[in-house]
Amino acid sequence: MTNALSLCSVSKSFGGFKALDSVDFSVAPGEVHALLGENGAGKSTLMNIACGLYAPDEGHVELEGRAVTIAGARDAAAKGIGMVHQHFKLVPAFTVLENILLFNPGRAPAEIAREALALADRMGFEIDLDARVGTLGVSEQQRLEILKVLVAGARIIILDEPTAVLGEDDGRALMALVRGLADSGSAVILVTHKLHEALYHSDRITVMRQGRRIAETLPAEMDPGRLTTLIVGEHIVEEPEPSPHVGGARIRLNQVRLAGDGGRKGLVDVSFEVKDGEIYGIAGVSGNGQNELAEVLMGLGLPTGGSIEIAGHGDVTGAGPAHRRQNGLACIPVDRYRHGLAGSIGVADNFAVNGALAGRYGSWLWFNRRKARAEARAAIETFDVQGVRSLGQKAALLSGGNAQKLVIAREFQGAPQVVLAHSPSRGLDVRAGAAVHERLRAARDRGAAVILISEDLDEILLLSDRIGVLAGGRLVAEFKAPANRSEIGAAMVTHD
Amino acid sequence: MSDLLLNWLINIPGFAAPFAIAALGLIITERAGVLNLAAEGFMLAGALAGVGLMIHGAPPLVALGGSVLAGMAMGLIFAIMAASFRINHVIAGLALVFFAEALTSYIASAERWTNKAISGLEPVFLGQDVIVYATPVLCALTVWMLNRTRFGLTIRAVGENPGAADAAGIDVTAIRFAAILIGAALIGLAGGYLTVAVSRIWVDSVVGGRGWIAIALVIFARWHPWRALLGAILFGCIEALIPRIAAAGFDVPRYFLQMTPYLATLAVMIWAAARGRDRWSQPAALGQHHIREERG
Repeated sequence: MTNALSLCSVSKSFGGFKALDSVDFSVAPGEVHALLGENGAGKSTLMNIACGLYAPDEGHVELEGRAVTIAGARDAAAKGIGMVHQHFKLVPAFTVLENILLFNPGRAPAEIAREALALADRMGFEIDLDARVGTLGVSEQQRLEILKVLVAGARIIILDEPTAVLGEDDGRALMALVRGLADSGSAVILVTHKLHEALYHSDRITVMRQGRRIAETLPAEMDPGRLTTLIVGEHIVEEPEPSPHVGGARIRLNQVRLAGDGGRKGLVDVSFEVKDGEIYGIAGVSGNGQNELAEVLMGLGLPTGGSIEIAGHGDVTGAGPAHRRQNGLACIPVDRYRHGLAGSIGVADNFAVNGALAGRYGSWLWFNRRKARAEARAAIETFDVQGVRSLGQKAALLSGGNAQKLVIAREFQGAPQVVLAHSPSRGLDVRAGAAVHERLRAARDRGAAVILISEDLDEILLLSDRIGVLAGGRLVAEFKAPANRSEIGAAMVTHD
Repeated sequence: MSDLLLNWLINIPGFAAPFAIAALGLIITERAGVLNLAAEGFMLAGALAGVGLMIHGAPPLVALGGSVLAGMAMGLIFAIMAASFRINHVIAGLALVFFAEALTSYIASAERWTNKAISGLEPVFLGQDVIVYATPVLCALTVWMLNRTRFGLTIRAVGENPGAADAAGIDVTAIRFAAILIGAALIGLAGGYLTVAVSRIWVDSVVGGRGWIAIALVIFARWHPWRALLGAILFGCIEALIPRIAAAGFDVPRYFLQMTPYLATLAVMIWAAARGRDRWSQPAALGQHHIREERG
């Protein structure tokens, strides 16, 4: 059969950096082709060539066997290529219909509405065309993104890490939807980090590393271990490691409440304790109180009821973030670029800010720059932060994994007794994720109490010594490791 | 007393129209995500062009056409700075205001246009001129354009989420460029109206802060054209009252009345903030530049 889309020996360089080196990639109608690789392996660049945002330096693009040039997003859409971006390209203030119209210029609204409803029906979901997109949930927004490109007549659909933002159930539903797209004759490219998606939901797997195609293979010939080895070029398999020594209770939450407002769920009577030398995992589907719990723990939001105690410091319920830090709390926030680092200032300054506030680098009148820089340099070495060309380099230029390592280097300075990690490996590749996990285990093994909030159940199961499940702002269940995956999954969808 | 009232009422539309037209221009620009603080400057350019053409014998409507072009000329400079070169909107806007203040004063003195009375735009019906009647029509056209046309949809998309617009194949820079020019045309017309129909004379800084009031009015109206028209009438009532109160011998400090538009705007902003963010209908990408993520 002719391929719907073929990228033939494409190369692309940015400055002196060769992002793609003579890569071949193709997808046929009715097929789901998974594209795997670490961050920076060249997946995005390859897909940006496929959807016309970049022109290849060498090689060419073929549609149904004929060489074409794709000039920009609109031309790609006209040629039947639809891209569903990882970060949705939707206008929240617009209605569903307006968002579809925006992407499909030159056609009558009534006709588009009819077609959108028919397509949604065929794909097996309902959609309210007059709803404001800002009020929709993440999985509904994603369906809208897919609907948008289908209405535009896409026969080649590129999904860029589509389940990164979805919970377990929505992720499974999306994979079923993807299969449905292929069955109806579309060619689907699934860019993903998740091995099981490639193994169980694709027909063909391409693995990229450092701008080259490393392998093109069939899911039946692969298992998670071999696939990981292909992706990172070495053998990384993470195994659960129980805590060597669990001590007394370090942090205790007692009936903590947080009032919800509007779209926020709030927290309802959340009680748990975390002991020294223990990783306590908080599992749950996104949007069930994780952000609220993290805010309450960090001291950013004051609970409306209940109390929080830290052993040795007593009741800290009303303490703000600075006070909590003095009490031995360290935070790895969910969005490292927004809340973890100040992107436009230097790496060393980002590292030094906590120490400076704690008086480590002089007084309020005087900043011991030399000491801060020396310690930053040492920490960058110890925590293996790569890609730092100079200590003054802007933190925003670090890749996700290295940015996270920098956050951890800063937060672990001074050996904190309580560590809060919120989705610490989200968006990181296998290798960087494993490095982050190693740091959390090390903190635990030296006796810190670690709270791990994550929507990735694999991560929770891998790291946690005990697991609490958040659903609807309540802590609905608690499990001891090793825990049963499906029991946790069932608790995650508890409804009251 | 009734004379005073009637006199006041008749004068309200003349004061309200320039506020409304300038606010419409600002709304079109800002719905595309461009923060326009240069309105005072655009109005000065329009005001001076109107006076100059009248002095050279042009009929009033032709003079107003010149005001539109003068506004657009200033708009072109702003568009090149804010849309093409992606200079900070606040800095570009403020720089243009001071530039326009100085440039108009210079041209007026060089051409000896200052303090020369001109004939002006005459009333056509019920003591009101044609621009007053055109104002609600312009407002209706703006609403229709923004909400019912594809061009309006793209303007709003660019103002709400330029990244999404870009992914949909819309040229963000071109749309912002167009929105700035259309807005500048209206703001220039508003400035021209001030001299050609209201003051009928040029003095330096004749616009007298009305550009700033129009900016406040847009916030007051929360970027909605009909609400802006209502607000313009309200502000027009206040402005028309100021000289008449003094004439009638009431002892109210005029400075108090002059600050009422700003007080009203502050009140609306506080009210909107207190009601929660989603009620605050400021375009989400107002003042933000769009740069496509590219590597290397």
